[in-house]
Amino acid sequence: MRKIGAFVIGGSAGSLEVLLKVLPEVNKNLDFAIIIVIHRKQGTDSLLTDLLSHRTKLQVREADEKEQILNGYVYIAPSDYHLLIEKDLTFSLDYSEKINYSRPSIDVTFQSAADVYGENLVCLLLSGSNADGVNGLLTVKKNGGITLAQNPASAQVSYMPEQAISKAAVTSVLAIEEMASYINSLSSNN
Amino acid sequence: MSNFGVISDEQVEILINDVLEQHGYDFTGYSRASLKRRLARLYALDKHVSFAEFRYKTLNDDVYFKHFVEGVTVNVTEMFRDPSFYRLLRDKILPSLNTYPFIRIWLAGCSTGEEAYSIAILLKELNLLHKSLIYATDINPTVLEKAATGMFPLSQMKSYSENYIASGGSKDFSSYYSASYSLAKFDTELKSKMIFSTHNLVSDRSFNEFQLILCRNVLIYFDRPLQFRVFQLFDQSLENLGYLALGTKETLDFSPISPGYKRVGTDKVWRKVSA
Repeated sequence: MRKIGAFVIGGSAGSLEVLLKVLPEVNKNLDFAIIIVIHRKQGTDSLLTDLLSHRTKLQVREADEKEQILNGYVYIAPSDYHLLIEKDLTFSLDYSEKINYSRPSIDVTFQSAADVYGENLVCLLLSGSNADGVNGLLTVKKNGGITLAQNPASAQVSYMPEQAISKAAVTSVLAIEEMASYINSLSSNN
Repeated sequence: MSNFGVISDEQVEILINDVLEQHGYDFTGYSRASLKRRLARLYALDKHVSFAEFRYKTLNDDVYFKHFVEGVTVNVTEMFRDPSFYRLLRDKILPSLNTYPFIRIWLAGCSTGEEAYSIAILLKELNLLHKSLIYATDINPTVLEKAATGMFPLSQMKSYSENYIASGGSKDFSSYYSASYSLAKFDTELKSKMIFSTHNLVSDRSFNEFQLILCRNVLIYFDRPLQFRVFQLFDQSLENLGYLALGTKETLDFSPISPGYKRVGTDKVWRKVSA
């Protein structure tokens, strides 16, 4: 069985509600990191980190540049920067052009993670109203990783997961209730 | 578009080596994830047919190489970005420089100049512009040419005006520029106190002493050893009691020079407290 290095979650409109339901059910001794990229307004960083850390037993941090990625931690991409991953498993931040009108862009993080983790990567695309993340899923798939989408029927805004399913032929489609147990099952610590 | 797969890790290293040997630009200390993405982006944008062709042009075509440097470095910037930072400059840092007969400011990595004009506006409103000089430097001559024109897209002015107001500005922002077709041309008085020059933080030395150095969202592209070297350069270029301002996600903490610096407020500004 492959040893998962990171579980990366991307989302836009309607994705926060999903995270608030899923994260409380995730076990705290995961042997991989969770990395979250969600589109939001500038300057709302600490709010989001606080909100999520109150709902989970895992440590939640806003990703800092050069920060070492640790297992069992949840990292949130800071607003207005792209979040990339280096070969030495540290984060890099990038203030380059928006991709899909978005910074952070889910495509950028998915692609960067795919480059580093290869087949030991799982990426999940949640509710949202644009297609950011879909190209990233294609790269993840090409590099042997696992690609997932939220069941569009359960999504507040179904466009993003629908695009993931039709354009990137994801490995599995998950209902919200299935997500936490899926994540927990990937960890060999449980 | 931002397809990582186009350029391999080995090819990144080949290009870094070529560019250093042929052109003297040292990208060896750049963070690889971002650099690789920039190279892949440039490769796709310029529609290269093979890596060999990309490499050949970068090595041998000086005009293309200028474009290469512009494409590989990130030149995204805006006026009054992070309004809370500009509020700190306006309320605290710039007024404290009033005691100096002459104020020297270094804006390192100024890109197309939006920050330089923002600072000049603050200095003017604080009645300090007449005795100030802003040294705006960048690795990239092309962006400096743009910065020196003092013209920015008119379409950006609404958001810049909002940033300006959020940073404590109380004037009519449009009084600082005149509209000319799709461009906003800024008051030449602002530019009269700016000196634009190329400077490479990786390889060039200290060239003056300043009371304020701003280098925001440049160091995120550098690895730790290079960041530390650039901090030494800033330390050599900063007067005692001078200020160093970094981007919102950058920090002086854990660097060799940090014991000589004290954080000012909650933004990323440090004051040099020992010579």
